[in-house]
Amino acid sequence: MLKTTPFHPRTAPLVRAQTWRRWAGYQVASSYEPHPDREYAAVRNGAALFDVSPLHKYMISGPDAERLLDRMVTRDVTKCRVGQVLYTPWCDASGKIIDDGTISRLEEMRFRLTAAEPNLRWLTMNAVGLDVTIEDVSERTAALALQGPLSRAVLEQVSPADLAALRYFRLVETTIRKIPVTISRTGYTGDLGYELWVDATRALDLWDALSDAGAAYGITPAGIWALDLARIEAGLVMLDVDYHSAHHALIEAQKSSPFELGLGWTVPATKPGPYNGRQALRSERESPRAWAFVGLEVSWESFEALHLDRGLPPHLPVIAWRVSQPVYRNGAQVGYASSGCWSPLLKRYIALAHLEASNSDPGTAVTMEVTVEHRRCQARAVVRSLPFFDPERKRA
Amino acid sequence: MPRVTSRHEPFWASADVGIESFDAIVIGAGINGLVAAAALGRAGRKVLVLERAERIGGQVRVEEFAPGFKAGSWSSDAGWVPPSIIETFNLKLDLVTPDVPLSVRGPAGSLALASDPGRLSETLRPLSRTDADRWPQFATRVHRVAGFLEALYQLPAIDIATTSLRELVALLGVGRRFRSLGREDMTEVLRILPMSIQELLDDWFETSLLKAALGVGGVQDLRQGPRSGGTAFVFLHHLTGAPLGSMRGRGYWRAGPDALVGALDERAKGYGVSIRSQAKVAQILVREDAVAGVMLETGEEIRASVVVSTADPATTLRGMVDPVWLDPEFLRAVGNIKYRGCTAFVLYAMERLPESLGGPDPLDGVVSLTTDLVSLERASDAAKYGAVSDHPHVEYIVPTARWPALAPPGKHVILARVQYAPYALGEGAEWDASASDRLGHVITTALERAHPEFEDRVLYRQVVTPRDLERRDGLTQGALSQGELTLDQILFMRPVPGWARHRMPIAGLYLGGSGTHPGPGIAGGAGWLAARAVLDDR
Repeated sequence: MLKTTPFHPRTAPLVRAQTWRRWAGYQVASSYEPHPDREYAAVRNGAALFDVSPLHKYMISGPDAERLLDRMVTRDVTKCRVGQVLYTPWCDASGKIIDDGTISRLEEMRFRLTAAEPNLRWLTMNAVGLDVTIEDVSERTAALALQGPLSRAVLEQVSPADLAALRYFRLVETTIRKIPVTISRTGYTGDLGYELWVDATRALDLWDALSDAGAAYGITPAGIWALDLARIEAGLVMLDVDYHSAHHALIEAQKSSPFELGLGWTVPATKPGPYNGRQALRSERESPRAWAFVGLEVSWESFEALHLDRGLPPHLPVIAWRVSQPVYRNGAQVGYASSGCWSPLLKRYIALAHLEASNSDPGTAVTMEVTVEHRRCQARAVVRSLPFFDPERKRA
Repeated sequence: MPRVTSRHEPFWASADVGIESFDAIVIGAGINGLVAAAALGRAGRKVLVLERAERIGGQVRVEEFAPGFKAGSWSSDAGWVPPSIIETFNLKLDLVTPDVPLSVRGPAGSLALASDPGRLSETLRPLSRTDADRWPQFATRVHRVAGFLEALYQLPAIDIATTSLRELVALLGVGRRFRSLGREDMTEVLRILPMSIQELLDDWFETSLLKAALGVGGVQDLRQGPRSGGTAFVFLHHLTGAPLGSMRGRGYWRAGPDALVGALDERAKGYGVSIRSQAKVAQILVREDAVAGVMLETGEEIRASVVVSTADPATTLRGMVDPVWLDPEFLRAVGNIKYRGCTAFVLYAMERLPESLGGPDPLDGVVSLTTDLVSLERASDAAKYGAVSDHPHVEYIVPTARWPALAPPGKHVILARVQYAPYALGEGAEWDASASDRLGHVITTALERAHPEFEDRVLYRQVVTPRDLERRDGLTQGALSQGELTLDQILFMRPVPGWARHRMPIAGLYLGGSGTHPGPGIAGGAGWLAARAVLDDR
């Protein structure tokens, strides 16, 4: 039996096509309308409202809260100031990623960690000998992502906080129509956007306040299909899709290091404190990389020709696919694409791919397997650097 | 568990003044610590040994427990000192093997297990002809199989997954030694190791007294009873290095319980090793994934790039090292090591020995008061639920029969060893004064039953529970074994799988106590192998 999020009473009547999906044990909307077009358009042109409550959320507090997180994740948590948010992966002793998420420093000794998967056991194991309290606040805390170029304007209608001054990856504890909320300038769309953290008991009030104030801005409840398109354009990885947790991988080859996922920037060359996987990541930094995480742009001409061969118009993946597709160069497999979609904004067929480092330079010509009318074919594609889409407003 | 905080930066990080520096620091001046220190000193290293107690010796310390009365070692035997240690340090110590290392006595009768198989065979004949006939064969087989363990215990823990040539050669050596046992004994090793001692003994004998006497060796310092799997292995483990026919240990040092400690102390000092007592290490300092030194309880810091700890694995890795330096998976494994101390001792200062204690044989062996394996199993049943049985297993030695100087002339010391006194008492009970007193009373009553007038001759009694052992010697859960000797915690799985080669995940940190391979009773074995690992590495 799937759980429902605190926003369910509001979202449920809107899911007119009953297009539900499962996310971390919760029932959430794939899209509210039968097709995600309008919801996606709100992300890039207006303001889209996502229910992201199924994220796992942990409150970590106490004198050793900073030490616990610093020893667990790759980023340097000691440099994270109160009011700052860090995106970071965390690894096992071999430097392979277990999960990724954000760390918000709410107070000197209080942090919120978000994660894609349950991490209470891992946090507890990391906390051995440390003076720290770990609470799973996943059910107590409801979360919304308000994303899109108009998201700030919507929030300004309802919150006294100075949102123009709130920088990228910073947070503010404030109110929205007197409801206490934390607003962080974060998101999973690669656009201007905010995430709102609220006590689950006030979730519906928050939804109503935003719906009301956002009406004039065309605020649009959006589902996971729209989110998926946006995050692929933004080149953001997804657990269980683009990589597998080192804790669940069945074989070594299923594990990835941050460097192999394009997350090398989250592994500081100099971080004073020890952390899980440090030794492995240090030597990996110095050795030639085996794998690279890159973008692929599938050639329209090639894709169209493969369909024309069968007497069909091109069949575009307007909902992102998440099934591994082999990628070849000169007839030999050089990697695989892990998710892809038609980008409505860029008007291109894009994909995220793991390629052998020696075949991963931007501009490299490869082919990606596509299935046209039950037949496997090779569509021409070109390696692109990530992200595909990175508007200035995201950070501005 | 003590909490280690290491916001503490060693102060030489900024200044470099007045800090003593050594090539290696050895934590603990027990036999393993002294062997490790002497081996490192002999190789030219500048070594410091830090001992938390006032006197060196670890579990072998001659200390007064009542005015004029001294206790020596907790162990009834000297342990087995691997020959390489004897040879390297040219130790010339006289080991006495009692004629009767073990006897059992109780209402059901008594039996003296002479170390001469022929003599014991004759003792057994009136009780059971088949047992008498089988005895020499049993003694020989036990000796051979224990001999195979000896071979394993002199090498670093075998690495069954190895691909390195050097390791394969070592494995080959073990394999050849194994093959040399011959088909029958080879099968026997594989059959015996996971067996319960009860099954093994039932397989061989019918005399209950004999089985009771032998069976106790299979549960030594174990929380399990004689019907538990793996107890046959424990029985053999404690007979490594024992002379053929001895069913309880290898004997004792003629010169005194701490003769080996004294000799090693002398050797170590000869190699320039410094030994400091009353120096309790609070923390092993780590910088950049490598050992930087230690900090004492007093706050004093001493620098060294190598630390060999002979404290038990939990005390060392979960008590002395800032946890952020260790992989949580590794810490979890260390946290799951079974300690489960269940052995208590009662020390008696005796005005005189009861008459019934005398006999035709000298009193220098172990006397067990458990005459059947059922009651031994029942005693262990109680321990499962955190209770002390009303009829625990009691065995004793008379240390003054070996070393009269431990007591004033004509007076005696009796050391009773009790199982099972579980470290963790159930239902919120604690090892407080009354619990400890109650245990003392139970043991005194048991001794009185075996030896009328015993109690009248007691001048003083001291009870030492697993809690006391933990407090006194820093042994986690009072486990003398530094980690229960169960089949999942031996060889390459001691202290935890993958880390049996004494090197810990922090560069420069080594474990050399009996919590590591080859384990308790192999005197200096772990310290020796740890020192070899240090010397191999740098």
